[in-house]
Amino acid sequence: MALSPAQVRHIAKLARLEISDAEVEKYARELSAILDYVEKLKEVKTEGVEPTAQVTGQANVFRSDVIEDKGITTDALLATSPLPIVEQQIETASAHG
Amino acid sequence: MSLPSLTIAQAHEKLKKKEISSAELTKACIDRIEKVDKNLNAVVHRNFERALEEAKKADAKGVFEHPLAGIPYLAKDVFCETGIPTTACSNMLRKKDYIPPFDSTTTKRLKAAGAISMGKANTDEFTMGASTETSCFGVTKNPWDQTRVAGGSSGGSATAVAADECLFALGTDTGGSIRQPASFCGCVGLKVTYGRTSRYGVMSMASSLDSIGTLAKTVEDAAIILQAIAGKDPLDATTGDVPVPDYLSTLRKGVKGMTIGLPKEYFIKGMSPEVEAAVRSAAKEMEKLGAKVVDISLPHSSYAIAAYYVICPSEVSSNMARYDGIRYGHTSDKQDNLIEYYIRSRSGGFGPEVKRRIMIGTYALSAGYYDAYYRQAQKVRTLIRQDFEKAFQKVDCILAPVAPTPAFKIGAHTDDPVQMYLEDIFTAPINLAGLPGLSIPCGASKEGLPIGMQILGPQWGEETILRAGYAYEQATEWHTRKPALTSPEQ
Repeated sequence: MALSPAQVRHIAKLARLEISDAEVEKYARELSAILDYVEKLKEVKTEGVEPTAQVTGQANVFRSDVIEDKGITTDALLATSPLPIVEQQIETASAHG
Repeated sequence: MSLPSLTIAQAHEKLKKKEISSAELTKACIDRIEKVDKNLNAVVHRNFERALEEAKKADAKGVFEHPLAGIPYLAKDVFCETGIPTTACSNMLRKKDYIPPFDSTTTKRLKAAGAISMGKANTDEFTMGASTETSCFGVTKNPWDQTRVAGGSSGGSATAVAADECLFALGTDTGGSIRQPASFCGCVGLKVTYGRTSRYGVMSMASSLDSIGTLAKTVEDAAIILQAIAGKDPLDATTGDVPVPDYLSTLRKGVKGMTIGLPKEYFIKGMSPEVEAAVRSAAKEMEKLGAKVVDISLPHSSYAIAAYYVICPSEVSSNMARYDGIRYGHTSDKQDNLIEYYIRSRSGGFGPEVKRRIMIGTYALSAGYYDAYYRQAQKVRTLIRQDFEKAFQKVDCILAPVAPTPAFKIGAHTDDPVQMYLEDIFTAPINLAGLPGLSIPCGASKEGLPIGMQILGPQWGEETILRAGYAYEQATEWHTRKPALTSPEQ
């Protein structure tokens, strides 16, 4: 499964990554090699086999919808942001350009 | 015997009898780190002042009832601890060091037991790798040969334990990241059943595979640590609601009457003959100790890496979405619009292996490819899990190699991601099946490099593998070998 440079650019865009022109060839080669390798999954007969998402067989886990004080303040959580904090909110660039 | 080379059990005895203080023990580990870590590069964030303060407090209190009270340790750089930089060895969290305002459940439980946190150990970036070479702090050296890798991703933790920089270290294992470095560095590595320990407060890589475990000097020490960190946590809904047994009370029961399986798919063409010989001779030793060893088959083993390298990157691509330069992490000075800001922050913060996995996952989960890749991989995962379930109807545990070779040279696989992925060939199936695995030293190569084997158990079967590992350890001397650390620079 060979990925073209255009496909790599498209995947990168979906993943919110920017790949320089110099890197596109390298990633195309590496990602294609990985996809070639995983291609062998197609050899396995899986008709009637259920997929495993949760390996110990747990289903939904519920808890009461009660606010618990964990001793963490809003300010402490906001302090980890690299962006300016304005009235207990993180100020970001505009989503509309 | 120097203080940092003590096991937890030995140090505990001395602390209890007041032969040593926790401050002396902690200071001795700090001195050891200052002396050897410039070369080894196992420790990336140092919390020494606070560690010494905590140790002095423990001494002032003078109560060393819990076996971990006053014992200094290191955590892999993905365990959040209030006020201590935790950066997943990624530029994404390093430019402005991420300093968590909360504790992971595991470090919190260790703190409650009285253990002393000394700082953070090196790892591959966001735990993605098998050699610690993708760390933004540079590679961790193998203490047995500093031209070789320590393994990964918990390479810093393994080197730190093997080189006596701490008494134990925490690690995470998603596809072999505790067991393989333990094997490369010659220490004990315990990967638990998925959900036996809490993942809360540990930076996620692949949430259906990640498990929290430990690197230690002996099997007994691993049992002591597991006792302190195991059990249900309301903050991690995937922890199992199953009782935690008293691991130390059954540790010494031996392997007499146990049936141990040797899976033929784990002895393959291309693996090191020395590794194969070491594991087969360990099986003989188990027989001598009274176990019955039988050949078994796990027929879907050869598809495990392919399934793993679809499922893992798919989950990576989703988990890494949180690193968008808003709540924490790398930022970009140019802020014209939000999408561009995300793209610049992420592209500047993540290294190449993280980008590769995000892109593979994005592709595998995208419309039109989901069924062929992700869903098919999850079905193969079922078949792999069933292989083990069938095997455990006949055997109590399984004995297998950890990695196909001893530690490889730094740089050997850096240009070939698929070769690097194949490092996980014997370890990743265990994560797909959610099983516990214990890696322990069982030999040495001609060059003196450690060789490890893994003992695998059924889900929630930590008791059995610890018991088998302990019996083997008592009968052999491999775990007592120490690296000489004789590099020209030292």
